[in-house]
Amino acid sequence: MLKIKSYVKVKSIAEAYELNQKKTALVLGGMVWLKMGNRNISTAIDLSGLGLDTVQELDDEFVIGCMTPLRELEIHKNLNTYTQGAIRESIRHIVGVQFRNCATVGGSIWGRYGFSDVLTMFLAMDTWVELYDAGRIPLTEFVNRKKDNDILVNIIVKKKPLSVCYMSQRNSKTDFPVLTCAASLIGEEVRTVIGARPGRAMVVEDKQQFLKDFRNMTDEQRTEAIEKFAVYAAENVNTAGNMRASEEYRTLLVKVLTKRAWEAVGGMKDEY
Amino acid sequence: MKYVNQPVQKTDAMALVTGKPVYTDDLAPKDCLIVKILRSPHANAWVEEIKTENAMKVAGIACILTYKDVPQKRFTLAGQTAPEMSPDDRLIIDRHVRFVGDTVAIVAGETEAAVDLALKRIKVQYRVETPVLDMHQAKDNSVVIHPEEDWKLKIPLGGDNKRNLCANALEEQGDVDKVLRECKYTVEHTYHTKANQQTMMETFRTACYMDHFGRLIVLSSTQIPFHVRRIVGRALDIPASKVRVIKPRIGGGFGAKQTSVSEIYPAIVTWKTGRPSKLIFSRYESMICSSPRHEMEITVRAGADENGIIKAIDVYTLSNTGAYGEHSSTTVGLSGHKSIALYRHTEAYRFAFDVVYTNVQAAGAYRGYGATQGIFAVESAVNELAHKMGMDPVKVKELNMPVEGGPLPGYHDVPYAQSCSMDRCMARAKEMFHWDSRYPFRDMGNGKVRGVGVAMAMQGSSIAGVDVGGADIKVNEDGSYTLALGCTDMGTGCDTVMAQIAADCLETPMENIVVFSVDTDISPYDSGSYASATTYTTGMAVMKACQELRKNICEFGAEMLETEVDKVAFDGTYVFVEDAEEKKVSLEAIALKSTFFNNRELQVVKQHSSPLSPPPFMVGMAEVEVDTETGGIELTDYVAVVDCGTPINPNLARVQTEGGIAQGVGMALFEDVQYTDKGKIRNNSFMQYKIPTREDIGNIRVDFECSYEESGPFGAKSIGELVIDTPCPAIAEAVYNATGVRIRELPITPEKVAMGILKNQMKEKKQEKENG
Amino acid sequence: MNISFWLNGVRRQEEIEPGLLLIDFLREKGCFSVKRGCETANCGLCTVLVDDRPILSCSTLAVRIDGKKVVTMEGMQEEAKEFGTFLANEGAEQCGFCNPGFIMNVFAMLREIKEPTEAQIKEYLAGNLCRCSGFVSQTASILKFLEYKKAQEEA
Repeated sequence: MLKIKSYVKVKSIAEAYELNQKKTALVLGGMVWLKMGNRNISTAIDLSGLGLDTVQELDDEFVIGCMTPLRELEIHKNLNTYTQGAIRESIRHIVGVQFRNCATVGGSIWGRYGFSDVLTMFLAMDTWVELYDAGRIPLTEFVNRKKDNDILVNIIVKKKPLSVCYMSQRNSKTDFPVLTCAASLIGEEVRTVIGARPGRAMVVEDKQQFLKDFRNMTDEQRTEAIEKFAVYAAENVNTAGNMRASEEYRTLLVKVLTKRAWEAVGGMKDEY
Repeated sequence: MKYVNQPVQKTDAMALVTGKPVYTDDLAPKDCLIVKILRSPHANAWVEEIKTENAMKVAGIACILTYKDVPQKRFTLAGQTAPEMSPDDRLIIDRHVRFVGDTVAIVAGETEAAVDLALKRIKVQYRVETPVLDMHQAKDNSVVIHPEEDWKLKIPLGGDNKRNLCANALEEQGDVDKVLRECKYTVEHTYHTKANQQTMMETFRTACYMDHFGRLIVLSSTQIPFHVRRIVGRALDIPASKVRVIKPRIGGGFGAKQTSVSEIYPAIVTWKTGRPSKLIFSRYESMICSSPRHEMEITVRAGADENGIIKAIDVYTLSNTGAYGEHSSTTVGLSGHKSIALYRHTEAYRFAFDVVYTNVQAAGAYRGYGATQGIFAVESAVNELAHKMGMDPVKVKELNMPVEGGPLPGYHDVPYAQSCSMDRCMARAKEMFHWDSRYPFRDMGNGKVRGVGVAMAMQGSSIAGVDVGGADIKVNEDGSYTLALGCTDMGTGCDTVMAQIAADCLETPMENIVVFSVDTDISPYDSGSYASATTYTTGMAVMKACQELRKNICEFGAEMLETEVDKVAFDGTYVFVEDAEEKKVSLEAIALKSTFFNNRELQVVKQHSSPLSPPPFMVGMAEVEVDTETGGIELTDYVAVVDCGTPINPNLARVQTEGGIAQGVGMALFEDVQYTDKGKIRNNSFMQYKIPTREDIGNIRVDFECSYEESGPFGAKSIGELVIDTPCPAIAEAVYNATGVRIRELPITPEKVAMGILKNQMKEKKQEKENG
Repeated sequence: MNISFWLNGVRRQEEIEPGLLLIDFLREKGCFSVKRGCETANCGLCTVLVDDRPILSCSTLAVRIDGKKVVTMEGMQEEAKEFGTFLANEGAEQCGFCNPGFIMNVFAMLREIKEPTEAQIKEYLAGNLCRCSGFVSQTASILKFLEYKKAQEEA
């Protein structure tokens, strides 16, 4: 049973930040994870009165409030147009509509969970997190930061020209993923993200620049580059075994999904 | 109006679809003590010392019970007719805890918060011993799981607690080894099926209270009210007459609730405190300490002659009953009896088994009850044999399947297949599925291959010579009927099915029949709903009761018409004189007359038992689409054609089939109870134990090819269990045809398929190298 | 804590503990249609509508309904009967334990998607588990209900 001593629906982020400096305080997200297990929370901090549950579209960025339910992102027209439906694909397998109406994007990103489809997806865009104290920092940096007492306010996606594909492998349709993969061209930058390794999602650096100048390659060049990069990714992404799959199988999937995702980004195959 | 063989709505449907409070927790007294259980963190340990004083000090705690507080007579929780085949190996709380989750203490208190706090405050010192976690190492292990002297097997079946052996036997006909040697084609393989959870949506739960006679009332979500009465009586060491069991609507069972998983705990709390109490199992508890399917490892040897005639089958089953022996010696029997019999030409067969204790969660009854495991093994082996012979497995099955009037080797509960349309099931399935154009696979050209697979199955209808169905029907004052039953509708609709049978027998509208079930004080004795018994057994009891009641109504009417009983007839509304139809008396008039100055009963109680257990049969065909790079499996089509005799309610029979297949699909593709090396279950929630969602099961298409079973009501046989038996072998075969990878250990995960494909590719490459 | 909300159309005020989950609160208030099937937000049995949106009442703190409209099946009896008849005509209600959560989510789906395809139905309702029916008859009942609604509208 969850035990909460005091519950504060805060009036401002500043208030939330102050309350959150106590060790036993906790910012509530959508509660889907939090309510499991026996937890004692001295101060539960509720941000739901701050209007942070919407997606705002500005000229050069999307500003996504931390309390925005995953379902909102899943059905958000412009976000999905911008990502060619990849956002929807990264979210629609998560348990069910009701779950996704509860779970918040802030909870998903803040938690930096290993199994997270959402984290994988957002890492494949030019995403920034807006923290109350630390300000805006790139998600690629935030993902490896230690958890602290800061407050995640918004998630910002810069509207750079984007080609992106999201894929996951699951043992059953709404289970946690066995592996997630996102490939993207953000402007000229190539980015590949692998998650559910089962460790936390990571950006696979293309150190040997197989995919450099991907946009200007011919299909043949792309095929060759993708093949090489997929092998490289499989060799360089650390995977491990858990109850859903072995290390060996995950490494196999790194190769297959990386290849497929890049083929999709390259417009060489549009269906798997 | 005829109701039998009509898709009538269930009589309780509207209450269910509008969410009425009709389940145990909805009906439990509001002032119930909350009961929870302190569970062992160790797989094998002894409680050296247990301190409850601090826990008792928590405000609102009413009682804490430990091993010191419970009767010391062993019993079984298995819902079986007494004397049960299952060993007496339980105490309510044993000092020796035998799996992670075993009961250490029972805590009851006013609120959940108080009970949670008290649970934390109980201090236990364990003497931890090495557990036996691998079923292969259980037999004759130096670690004895049930060393106690009072372990008792009431019906000997080779069990020996000092050897960790719950049962062991050998059945044999002919010289299997010799016949196999003479066969042109033989296969020998071992198949492994895992423990699976039934996961009915309503977890185990029971509420108890005392009545004004000082009797213990047990309101419980159970398939076995009458067995629960006996089990609770034995557990508490009180006469069963002190116990009354009431079954409200229950949220699914699938065999899980054929074991008395939750009743004894609130029962002892209420018996000791006199206060109402309830125990609602969490899903977590339902996953770690309940009654899942027995894990089995089954080795099959099968042989055929040059014409594809299967001559011999040899089955050895190693079954894992876990920490306690509920349903262990009986489930294992079905793994051979219901699988070998699918092949009618066998000249020799052998079936041997060992059932072992281990320090994991105790197993129990789960739809299919061993047949599911055995049929996966034997059907897979025969499919493998077909490939060895270069024959279409459908052809092999057509040559060897059970036929009406033909033998069922190794199956002893009917002298021969007296009602059987397996041949028509196969023909219809082939036609619906377009088998011939889809076998064996189709390359979809995008890295995906579709393969098809087939399996046959049979089950029983009741436990022959054991199960008892009961029906009690009476005419009410207004000419309506009340049909009291002891069988347990768990959503399957048996209350409705019985009303359909009664309505046809009595030629009355179904609305005129009130069905009542179940209260052990009021309902006629019934073994309960399990072993695919209800329609077949209780249905016959209903028919017998109605037929006799008609006689009584006629006698009553004849007397009112001042004539002889053999001169009158009853058309459901009137008793009339056959030669002079204008001379008649209505049922209402008879009913009313029966309420004053009357010495004749308009109430009949009948029991029915069958010496036979006529098998229902079916064919399942599956198509899967396999992603050859990831091993991902999509079930794209499933066709099932069933011979359940006459379907009393075709809708409910169809939904049984669809539901059973979906469960079988889960078992085939991803359901798996896994343990850590300390014996802790990893799949302890719906987050970690995935059952199929509506996106996982593809398209299930069902049809019926009915035979007529003379010994069943209106020609009916069973359906409930049969329908879970085909998906595992059919899907395994479909995956093989798509990929060349044969999976012999369930579940068939993408990883196993992908790794299998890689292994085959390497083998091929190696071969190419060697050849060239 | 004091919360003020609408339950099935009726304005209410209650004093509650902050850790109280909505499912337990609703059952305390007599909404027995709300069932618990798991503790991990996976089964959908506890689905209720909050401001017209289907949510899991097992994963929602009761304090969070402050100022909101909560609807359980107790507040949609006529609609439940109407759709439930289609479900029952297929034999798809079975044990019934998952029915309220499932039906509430069907209503939510039909509010969001007027004429859902079979694939959309399966996706929208994937979070509603059922162990009895195998889902086939549930889908059939929804498709038949949609036809009936369409015919009704056209008439």
